[in-house]
Amino acid sequence: MASKQGRQAKEQAITNLLKCTRLSREEISLLIDRFSELCQKEEGKLHRLEFRDELNRFFNITDDILMDRVFRAFDKKSTGTLKLEDYVQGIGKFLNGTTEDHVQLCFDAYDLNNDNYISREEMFQLLKSCLVKAPTEEDPDELVKELVEIVMKKMDKDHDGRVSLPDFRAAVEEEKLMLEALGKCLPDEKCKLTFQEMLRMSGGRYNSAGSVSISEQRDKEARRHQKGHQQKMMVY
Amino acid sequence: MGQTLQRAAQWTTATDGQSGKLEFSTLNEDLLNTVLNFAEGPGGKSPEEGKLVFKKPLTWTTALKPSAFSGSGYIEKGTSVVSEATSPKDNLPLLELSGNKLSVLSLEYAENVLRVAGDKKMVELRACLEENKDPVANMLGDRFATVDGADNSIFRYHEEITKEIELLSKQSDESEEKRRELEEKKLVLSLRLKLLRLDEQMLNASIIKITNDVRLNPKIVDGEVSVLKQVSGEDDNRYALQYINYFGENYVYQNGCRAQPWRQLNGDICYLIIKCFDVEQPLYVTANTSGYYLNKGPSSEKTGQLDYERPDSDTYRELVTMIKAKSRHFADMISKQEFNIKQQKDRDLHLAVAQDDDQDMEATARSEHHHHQYQSNKEQTQRDEKDRKKIQPARTKLEPSLKWKNLSLDDEQRSHKSDHRHVSKRFANAHESRNKSMKTPQADQEDHFSESSTESEEEEEAIERRPEANADLPSEYWQIQKLVKYLKGGNQTATIIALCSLRDFNLTQETCQLAIRDVGGLEVLINLLDTDEVKCKIGALKILKEISRNTQIRRAIADLGGLQTMVKILRDQDKDLKCLAAETIANVAKFRRARRTVRQHGGIKRLVHLLDCVKLNSTVMTPEMEMSVEVARCGALALWSCSKSKKNKEAMRKAGAIPLLAKLLKSEHENMLIPVVGTLQECASEPSYGLAIRTEGMIEDLVKNLKSSNQELQMHCAAAIFKCAEEKETRDLVRQYGGLDPLVGLLSSGTDDKQLLAAATGAIWKCSISPENVQRFQELKAIDMLVGLLNNQPEEVLVNVVGALGELAKDPPNRMAIRKAGGISPLVNLLTGTNQALLVNVTRAVGQCAEEPDNMIIIDKLDGVRLLWSLLKNQNRDVQASAAWAICPCIENAKDAGEMVRSFVGGLELIVSLLKSEDKEVLAAVCAAIANIAKDEENLAVITDHGVVPMLAKLTHTTDDKLRRHLAEAIARCCNWGNNRISFGKERAVAPLVRYLKSKDENVHRSTARALFQLSKNPENCITMHEAGVVKPLIKMVGSKDEDLQESSAGCIGNIRRLALANEKARYS
Repeated sequence: MASKQGRQAKEQAITNLLKCTRLSREEISLLIDRFSELCQKEEGKLHRLEFRDELNRFFNITDDILMDRVFRAFDKKSTGTLKLEDYVQGIGKFLNGTTEDHVQLCFDAYDLNNDNYISREEMFQLLKSCLVKAPTEEDPDELVKELVEIVMKKMDKDHDGRVSLPDFRAAVEEEKLMLEALGKCLPDEKCKLTFQEMLRMSGGRYNSAGSVSISEQRDKEARRHQKGHQQKMMVY
Repeated sequence: MGQTLQRAAQWTTATDGQSGKLEFSTLNEDLLNTVLNFAEGPGGKSPEEGKLVFKKPLTWTTALKPSAFSGSGYIEKGTSVVSEATSPKDNLPLLELSGNKLSVLSLEYAENVLRVAGDKKMVELRACLEENKDPVANMLGDRFATVDGADNSIFRYHEEITKEIELLSKQSDESEEKRRELEEKKLVLSLRLKLLRLDEQMLNASIIKITNDVRLNPKIVDGEVSVLKQVSGEDDNRYALQYINYFGENYVYQNGCRAQPWRQLNGDICYLIIKCFDVEQPLYVTANTSGYYLNKGPSSEKTGQLDYERPDSDTYRELVTMIKAKSRHFADMISKQEFNIKQQKDRDLHLAVAQDDDQDMEATARSEHHHHQYQSNKEQTQRDEKDRKKIQPARTKLEPSLKWKNLSLDDEQRSHKSDHRHVSKRFANAHESRNKSMKTPQADQEDHFSESSTESEEEEEAIERRPEANADLPSEYWQIQKLVKYLKGGNQTATIIALCSLRDFNLTQETCQLAIRDVGGLEVLINLLDTDEVKCKIGALKILKEISRNTQIRRAIADLGGLQTMVKILRDQDKDLKCLAAETIANVAKFRRARRTVRQHGGIKRLVHLLDCVKLNSTVMTPEMEMSVEVARCGALALWSCSKSKKNKEAMRKAGAIPLLAKLLKSEHENMLIPVVGTLQECASEPSYGLAIRTEGMIEDLVKNLKSSNQELQMHCAAAIFKCAEEKETRDLVRQYGGLDPLVGLLSSGTDDKQLLAAATGAIWKCSISPENVQRFQELKAIDMLVGLLNNQPEEVLVNVVGALGELAKDPPNRMAIRKAGGISPLVNLLTGTNQALLVNVTRAVGQCAEEPDNMIIIDKLDGVRLLWSLLKNQNRDVQASAAWAICPCIENAKDAGEMVRSFVGGLELIVSLLKSEDKEVLAAVCAAIANIAKDEENLAVITDHGVVPMLAKLTHTTDDKLRRHLAEAIARCCNWGNNRISFGKERAVAPLVRYLKSKDENVHRSTARALFQLSKNPENCITMHEAGVVKPLIKMVGSKDEDLQESSAGCIGNIRRLALANEKARYS
């Protein structure tokens, strides 16, 4: 990797990427290192599962569907793997993208069938699992449907029964919190900070070995949620 | 009759800004009958008196229809009727009825009205008296207005007439008109005398009545019981009580008592057993001559006997009042039914309430009115509840009459109590849960809990108004309930959706606010603040910020421990979050307990920390800088709310808030300046802040912002200056920065904002303490504007306006300016007010004005001195003192002052008796007044008779220089009568006076030397003085530059020396 050719290629990549991201040279360089560190199976191509691990570990994005959707959103050319450019540009949006970047990213993630609209069915898919504890007397699906209607009411500005990108953008402009209304697909400030810290400290070569696997982490996550939920319920 | 109406008649307490109503009591009934007889019958009135035209019409709301006044003598004009006869002076009709307003201008027509009213005449009379509290003043002019205390208006009037008669007899060729005028005056006098006699009669009659009523007697008890029996029965929908019976054997003793003779010795009349529908145990009541009270019921030891012990010490004058307090059902029923039962059949009950037939019809009319009033007063009553609570613990619960309206009182108190219990229970629950989730020290929480429970009681101004169980809930309620369910049972995505959707409701609407609380949303929202999810926290705070505008929500948030969490958030990284938390704290911390919680959890420090933002007015603002300015603004908002507590002000100062506030004050944005100046204004009442505001150079900015276009900002700036300008340096700074001009400008802006006016006039008041500022105000013609504000302003403005005038009048040219602006008369009129702060200022201003002889003429004409004099009777010491000070220049400058003073019947006695006061300021003022009074020999004789000498002598031991000065002056003046000099000697006043010469105050020396000179004319006193070592200090004072002092000292030494010489001569000859 330390060969002269390699270094030159890297310089080239950095100059290219500087044009299409808002990242600094140093950051790009670190991300390139990070990318090659991640690509264990095939050099220069980041596979879905590897990327999911990364999302889970550093960006605290845990939902199965959404992890895949973020992967898709990063994968501009729909090749099934992420190229270096895809990766760096995507992470760049994560770290300091504009609101528009974020809106686009979230919309892409929520638009499950890539038809440029978010339909009721897609919302239902996304929100299906968000009721941690459904009250016994009511049908959980019904509750989710009602939730979908609430979101629809807030987002569907042109009342055509589906949410287009302009609809979504308008809703977010109106209320910033609506950006991730259908599930978490962006890292929060804390995650960004730890990720950047990690990059600097390890030079992008943070070894994933020894860290907890996805499934374990997910268990932990579930427990945490439950706990948080219990805390909420304690008042009653 | 003014006196009787004011004192003897039982007025209901005025509510809702209306004037009071005459209560329905037998006493009032008798009074009304007497007045009616006077007005109707010939009653010794001459026809001329009947035709006398009133000075002002008696106007009242009548139930009479215009059609009643048909026939000759009346002209109909559409819906109104006027009489043909008109007043000779300004051609007003003597009777006018338009709509339901009736005005009458002569007794004759008043009589007519009563005749027309027929059996409703009582209603009319009552309405008339209720709306014209002082009919005599209306009829005969203000000079006969009923005043407290000595009233010698008649004597003056009499004198006036005699004088005019004399004049007339001298110049017999005087015009006819003059003669007619005199005739009229005579008429007025005779009518006044008759009214006075009526007044006297009524007072006497009512005294007899009152004395009869004071103690219970068997007849009254039996009356009440029989009344209550009428409203008792088994059906709780129709009756107020289940049953009421006498307890024990049904034997009635000859004196009407039913209690056993040995109990009668204790004053017991009989025992009652009363069963209410909503109280399980029957009430056992003792009817004692001192009132009704509970006993402990049947004795467990002896059957058929009672345990006479009292479980509580409450005594009630009336049985109804007592049951009202015990049974809510009873109170409810009675307030619902009102007079229904009584009207239908129960003659007895009717008689007990209203003894006159006339009243029957009126009672129904009134009951409707009351009902209506009850509704509209409900809010008011709730607000007044706190006041009533204070009244409640009084040992004897006196409720002056059977006024059903008052029933709402007890039942609301009860509901309030239960609500309170409810709140505290929830509060306890919340704390239990918090104990698990939060790690605050246990001791602190306990302390917090116990404290808050006591405090919340005293400050609970918000009453819970829960919707009734069966009332239809608005659709919002169900929608909100649904959303809260998602909040409770969803992960963060669902939570965020629910939060955003909640924000779409109109959260400023109370139904929504309370719905969130009632479905348990507050708990969840506050719990969310404890999680790690920033977005959820932001969403929750956005909602809390909105709904915390509601007082009940505020309390609930504090009870659930929301403040603690929000204080924690203040240290968060996220600026949005900080802003929202600070803004919410600003809303919640509107009551004392919340403010204390914020302080106790270190919130003040953190809030002050928020104020520290980088740069305010830099030309280029990055979004980040704007954000940090916004954080500072929110911090200032929260501090503003918190700064209403004294301890918080202290904590803020310690946390270094002042320099930060000073920095923020340089801002150019109104939304930043308002909270900052608001905080400063709030804190400026603390001396430490006052100083800091000056030394940090904030005065300049405050003055600058006075010129802002935002009224609220101007108001806060003016208020801050008002509070700070107690210090001389501050006042100077205000002038130097040109702050006086905008202050005066605010007065002329014609604003309707009373708060702004109050603040601006307050600032002018304080600023005018400095003579240089007075100069500037003069140039700005502030006096004209201030005088203009003397009319039609609320008291808080008036206090400051009059205070400012008082200060400005210290400069002689201004006194004239006040007169020229027409300010004397409104000032004198204000002397009749009741607001203590206002009276202190008014008396001072009047006193200052009286320094100028021309002003004094006007004051005297307006009878101002008499008003001042009657203020000596005020309860408030400051008012007493200020009035006494004001009297001094009046006496000095009034023509014929001695005569004037003598004309105040009892006035001299009153002022002498004030020498018993314990307040140094009052004493000094009274001494000064006495020194002035004593200039007139006759008056000096009178006050000597009232024992002024020993009282002055008793005061001589004081160490207060101000009092010493005026006391010595008074003694000096009082020496000029009879053997007062000897008396002072006997009362041992001389030796203490000698000690005054050691005082450092030059003024004390002067007046003391004068007193000693007077006293030294008596040989005994010379000896005492000499023994007390007077010669040495006096000799020193002979060398003083003050001629007055020189002269008196020399005179005194001369007298001593002469005595010594005479002594020697006697020895050797």
